[in-house]
Amino acid sequence: MYAIVAGGGKVGYYLAKELVEQGHEVLVIERDGKQCAIIQEDLGDIVMQGDAAEASVLAEAGTARADVIVSVTGDDEDNLVISQVAKKRFQVPRAIARINNPKNEQIFRMLGIDATVSSTEVILGVLEQELPAHAIVPLLRLRHADVAVVETVLDEQAPVVGRPLRDLNLPAECTIPLIIRGGAPLFPSPDTRLSAGDEIIALTTTRGEARLRDLLWAPR
Amino acid sequence: MFAIIMGCGRVGARLANLLADQGHEVTVLDVNSQAFWRLGPDFRGATMLGNGIDVDVLRRAGIERADSFAATTQGDNRNIMASQIAKHIFNVPKVVTRIYDPIRQDTYADLGLETVSPTVLGAAALLDVITSQGAGKD
Repeated sequence: MYAIVAGGGKVGYYLAKELVEQGHEVLVIERDGKQCAIIQEDLGDIVMQGDAAEASVLAEAGTARADVIVSVTGDDEDNLVISQVAKKRFQVPRAIARINNPKNEQIFRMLGIDATVSSTEVILGVLEQELPAHAIVPLLRLRHADVAVVETVLDEQAPVVGRPLRDLNLPAECTIPLIIRGGAPLFPSPDTRLSAGDEIIALTTTRGEARLRDLLWAPR
Repeated sequence: MFAIIMGCGRVGARLANLLADQGHEVTVLDVNSQAFWRLGPDFRGATMLGNGIDVDVLRRAGIERADSFAATTQGDNRNIMASQIAKHIFNVPKVVTRIYDPIRQDTYADLGLETVSPTVLGAAALLDVITSQGAGKD
């Protein structure tokens, strides 16, 4: 795979390092000459100095034959433009962008970026996992299909504890393929009875997420 | 007409005054409050501190009822991103983007943005002057 990494800061540096170790062809594009020198010294001849938002720089980098471009500069607007220019002008099949403002995720998706990574959102997710408030925590979102893998942990107060899964009457847009019980996976049948401490892993649409919360936690 | 202008530099401030003088409602956005002095004491529009690539800031500026949006900051990428938000998320009818880099201007013109490049216009104007005066030494 030929991967172009736009932005040679800490994220770009370690990303490039991992990709090189996995045997991929990598080119880092970085504006700052000093940072370029550091990368060149540590990782070898895989860095090019320039502004990745400039089409001429991307052309010189051989972007037309790249399999993926990953934009990880510190500025959302730069990551957006780099991804768009790579996709539209050089037909790079896949563009992944780092975002800082989680609200930009929807915008990037509407503007054609394949995937976004937001450290802000990741940290928020971890924070939510630490909170006891009956949260349904998203583990993975498949944006293009509006489907998410979510998790919630049942405690004694959950009204569904002791009842079989079939009693939940899950809506069509939501399914529970996996329960982690006592650290071991359990692939439930409709007759599986839920217990306190169960980690429920569900596959659901955005709409199904709210329904699932009601079904699991609303008193009946 | 209600216009939002992002970036209160020389061009943004002048555009804001021209529009306001024509009787239009104008709000100017900038991340630096010091920039608003460029509007002068007689400016009849509104100013707002904030970053135009932030959807919350744009909403507060009233983008949902804006008739036009002009992105005139120093950063091409910031202008491009804000303009795409205005056009594609908030469906502002008239959006114009200043892009210095002529190649990027081409790309985004292809992608449907209305763009103005001071680089292209400025060079053309200068060329005009240099070649049309028929001056120089024979």
